[in-house]
Amino acid sequence: MAGFDAKTLTKHGGLIALAVLLLINIAITPNFLQMQTLFVNISQVATIAIVAVGMTLVIATAGIDLSVGAVMAVAGALAPLIFLSDFAQAYPTLGLAASIIVPILVALLCGLFNGVLVAYLGVQPIIATLIFFISGRGIAQVLTNGNLQTFTHPGFSYLGTGKILGLPFQGWLVLLIAIVFWYIVNRTMYGRRILAVGGNENAARLTGTPVRRVKTGVYVISAGLSGIAGLIVVAINSASDAARIGNLMELDAIASAVVGGTLLMGGKAPIFGAVLGAVIIQLVKYTLLANGVADEVALIAKAGIIVLAVYVQQGRKE
Amino acid sequence: MQPLLRMQGINKSFAGVAALTSAELEIAPGEVHAVIGQNGAGKSTLIKILTGVYRKDSGDITFEDAPWNALSPREAQDNGIATIYQELSLVPLRSVTENVIMGYEPRTKLGLIDWKAAHRRTREILSDFGIDIDVTQPLGSFSTAIQQLTAIARAVSLNSRLVIMDEPTSSLDDREVETLFGVVRGLKAKGVSVIYISHFLDELFHICDRATIMRDGQTVAVREIAESTKLGLIADMLGRDPEEISAAGMTDLGGGTHERGELLLEATNLHTDRNLRDVSVSIHKGEIVGLGGLLGSGRTEAARAIFAMDKLRGGAVATHANPAGFKDPAEAIRSGIGFLTEDRKAEGIVPEMSVRENMTLALMPRLVRNGAIDRAKEEEIVKKFVEALGIKLASIEQPIRELSGGNQQKVLLARWLALEPDLLILDEPTRGVDVGAKFEIQSIIQEYVEKGVGVLLISSEFEELVEGADRIIVLQDGKSVSELHNPGITEESLIGAIAQSHDASPDGTQDGAAA
Repeated sequence: MAGFDAKTLTKHGGLIALAVLLLINIAITPNFLQMQTLFVNISQVATIAIVAVGMTLVIATAGIDLSVGAVMAVAGALAPLIFLSDFAQAYPTLGLAASIIVPILVALLCGLFNGVLVAYLGVQPIIATLIFFISGRGIAQVLTNGNLQTFTHPGFSYLGTGKILGLPFQGWLVLLIAIVFWYIVNRTMYGRRILAVGGNENAARLTGTPVRRVKTGVYVISAGLSGIAGLIVVAINSASDAARIGNLMELDAIASAVVGGTLLMGGKAPIFGAVLGAVIIQLVKYTLLANGVADEVALIAKAGIIVLAVYVQQGRKE
Repeated sequence: MQPLLRMQGINKSFAGVAALTSAELEIAPGEVHAVIGQNGAGKSTLIKILTGVYRKDSGDITFEDAPWNALSPREAQDNGIATIYQELSLVPLRSVTENVIMGYEPRTKLGLIDWKAAHRRTREILSDFGIDIDVTQPLGSFSTAIQQLTAIARAVSLNSRLVIMDEPTSSLDDREVETLFGVVRGLKAKGVSVIYISHFLDELFHICDRATIMRDGQTVAVREIAESTKLGLIADMLGRDPEEISAAGMTDLGGGTHERGELLLEATNLHTDRNLRDVSVSIHKGEIVGLGGLLGSGRTEAARAIFAMDKLRGGAVATHANPAGFKDPAEAIRSGIGFLTEDRKAEGIVPEMSVRENMTLALMPRLVRNGAIDRAKEEEIVKKFVEALGIKLASIEQPIRELSGGNQQKVLLARWLALEPDLLILDEPTRGVDVGAKFEIQSIIQEYVEKGVGVLLISSEFEELVEGADRIIVLQDGKSVSELHNPGITEESLIGAIAQSHDASPDGTQDGAAA
């Protein structure tokens, strides 16, 4: 029976952890079963989950993307610059569209830069993305002269505060993104190729997989999703602080992916696992904060979850 | 004279499989001694026991009249036996000096490294080898040859009395090989002994004094090189009678007139950076063309060149649809070529993926409908091949790593058969699979050939080539040197052809067996 229990634990570890966390919270956290709690958690977890989906694809090719937080900052800094510009004042609809599309395009370009470094120039992913990790936030601060930009723009703020069927817009967005990328990973040739490249790059090349294009693609996707996450953060706060947007996001995203069952050596891309991982990390953070535990301790708890997830993964490999 | 090294009655087995059975090796002082044998003969196991990488199960080793039992390569080195491995065990990012003196740095009075003395000493050591380079530069900025010679210089500077060289010339060009030979002669003149392991028999005649020949984990002969012929050494390695080989090599050939279809692929004068110098092969519909030769003769390299995995430096590959060859494997696959790789684990399976996903990896572009993979069609194809090839598994969703070697190989074969290819390149299709699976794989290949598929077959097993191939192109040193035709090929005639080409006249293009 012990073997059966261990197997169940590794296979459904994430769901079990989520259930345990919910039960603990219902028992001890005041006012846990209220819509407000749900909204707070959804809006906080959405950005992590979106970035974690991209991170999962990158890790599936045995890569890593450290630049996600910096890309969020660039996209987040750009958006207010655009919708507060004279052009956007003159053409509000066009301005709003541009303030969403342009930052995402810029984010995609950042990803292309990462991808080319990794796939075509053979730079180690951790180094290649470290370049933008360092410089990206600097660029964002230069764009905004280091100022906090506050604004009132109901149209743009919908990204962060809008509701559909009573639930936050970004929650629906996470669901949509997860479904789309689950489909890509499990049903399309590109998804299969991501897993093949991560699982055995030589074998992938020998079976005609365009390895370099596949690798470039995941960095572009990761950056694009980071750009969307950056916009949401700005929309939630009605303010853009280039120094803070997406700060330490790379660590949360990697942690979510790992907790969700992604193998760091590549070859696996559990998209919903990554979303679940993000939810678990968020819920642990919330549990501790809501019960008056200091932020610093919450960080330690987060590290503990990662250690546990890696331990469970090791068991899965046997 | 007392031998410098004597290994006697060495036994070693791995997980119950005997790798060495009472193997022996004796090296005289100041001798250059070759150790030769086919892959798996036990050469490297024997050497690794000597250098402390493996423990012997039993047997005696004496070195300089004292019992020798090195527990680690480092200990072996400290006691006078240095090894220069095929893969260099140096630090490319550090300077040449640091690499040469690493672990034995000269110190100043304060106990710091005396860099001036270190550079000077390194320059002295290297100049003995005729190398004059800036020793402060990173080792990795120099050619492989320089790196290799630096490794040797390091070994010698540690006052080694025995230097082991494992395939030292495999990454050197002709001029660099000459430099290396000079170094080996220099060592010999200083009284240092050298164990020289090489697949290139020609080299032995240039620098070796004696050769120990191993086969199936045993020492089968020790020969004076001056009194040996290549034919004799090959006969020892393969365990055949040289006269029989020689006679067979001259007769019974060239009778094959198998009905063959149109030309599928023509490769001419292939030349790549991977030790492939001049290989020409053509393959027609419905025939099996074998590539014969010893290890290192360029068989796998020729296949890689045809499949566009390695860049051509010279020569051309042409098919009817692609007269200019292929730019990458994807294009080769599109034009109907499959390549079953020799290294199943490193280049074949994607271990975490299911049998289904592994099998359709090359076929995927044809399974896409409206942007998604047609799962129904995919499963239908996979199930068809699982049944046709008798692949034993729990479910097609099972990860391929859980299958046995033979079943994995069948899945990989199915990966290419599913493409309905015109031409299959099969590199050691039955290596590492059990006997039952081996026959099944061979009969599957035969069945497809009868349907008109052309096959380029590479095999280290002579029976497989002799019985399977319609023609055998014999390779030697990266060149195609002759061609045998079935019917009429026997194992002896193939071995003879391989040996004959080794003993060929200097132009090296003797075509003793052309029809």
